[in-house]
Amino acid sequence: MSERPKLIGRTGPAGTRLLGFGSAQGNRVVTNDDIAASGVDTNDEWIRQRVGIIERRLADPDQSLVDMAVEAGSKALADSGVSPEEIDTVLVATCTMPGNIPNAAAQTADRIGVRSPAAFDLNAACAGFPYSLTVASDLIRGGSANKVLVIGAERFTDWVDWQDRANCIIFADGAGACVVGGSDEQLIAPAVLGSSGDLVDMIGLTPAGHIFQEGQSVFRWATTQIAPIAERAVEAAGIKLSDIDVLVPHQANLRIVEHIGKRLRAKGAREDMVVADDITHSGNTSSASIPMAIDHMRAAGRIASGDVMLLVGFGAGLSYSGQVAVCP
Amino acid sequence: MDNEEIRTGLAEIVEEVAGVAVDDVTVDKSFVDDLDIDSLSMVEIAVQAEDKFGVKIPDDELANLKTVGDAVNYIARNA
Repeated sequence: MSERPKLIGRTGPAGTRLLGFGSAQGNRVVTNDDIAASGVDTNDEWIRQRVGIIERRLADPDQSLVDMAVEAGSKALADSGVSPEEIDTVLVATCTMPGNIPNAAAQTADRIGVRSPAAFDLNAACAGFPYSLTVASDLIRGGSANKVLVIGAERFTDWVDWQDRANCIIFADGAGACVVGGSDEQLIAPAVLGSSGDLVDMIGLTPAGHIFQEGQSVFRWATTQIAPIAERAVEAAGIKLSDIDVLVPHQANLRIVEHIGKRLRAKGAREDMVVADDITHSGNTSSASIPMAIDHMRAAGRIASGDVMLLVGFGAGLSYSGQVAVCP
Repeated sequence: MDNEEIRTGLAEIVEEVAGVAVDDVTVDKSFVDDLDIDSLSMVEIAVQAEDKFGVKIPDDELANLKTVGDAVNYIARNA
């Protein structure tokens, strides 16, 4: 019997960093008054008070999830100064693709002009972006990829009962993307990833295929369990809460976002820490919400290159994720 | 801790969460109808009351606490 041949291994650069961001939204601006006018028993004041949303963006009938992923991904490449030919891996975080087959990533990559990349989808619902950033970063550090295009993309229009006043006011459509590359210095910190599968029944689909959530239970979970996960992410990065310049929680509900900010300030985060509030004009776009919020805040000049960002995702599963990364 | 002490402690939480003056949080008041407190604020009040009084207030019990007096009695029984 011949001797087993020795396999070779690979390793990548010592660190990884974010190179740029891009985003895309549904073409239709839908105000709270528009929803009330469609026959749903709700009103502008009630929606603003409960979830903090002023308006949301929904896709046109012919604007697909992949269309928005392509637009966001192309903008992220332009912002990064990276050509499609340099990308070797495309990862789409999503939980709202119309079917399981085919995935979103391969066709998105093709339409952007990325040839023959590794391409796959990742579903950790609203926690999906830090999960995906971690996979991208570790693929590069492990030598399996050089530059990764990470896209969070959702089209909730297909999964919402537009007469369900508890949920139709919250969810929206859009995509957010970033490019991850190698670096001498580590500028994407190790993530805290986890799940509570025992609480699976709190967020899901009805038999008719529409999203539902146990509002009070989700609110209690998010306002009590997520700030400690954010603190653990800061610890995992080897820094202090007072080092955080920007807090970007998943844009689930403005009251949850503000609650997390308040809890972290009580634990040492700075008063001048910027807290993302993109939900007010974008709605809840699940895995797209964190990169979209970062893109919008950079464009508005609210955050700058070199800012230390704390990203926190949480949602169906239940899944959660926390991660520190430096703004490109 | 007597019921008046619980009421005062609870009123401080209600003031912080919902901006209702402490003196208005009396045992006869309904959280929803009189104090205009919504369901998510009720969760915030419950979470803070759990920490302050060392009780568990699950969501299904919370739904039964219609008045400030209901909440004071529940905390008194379970603390």
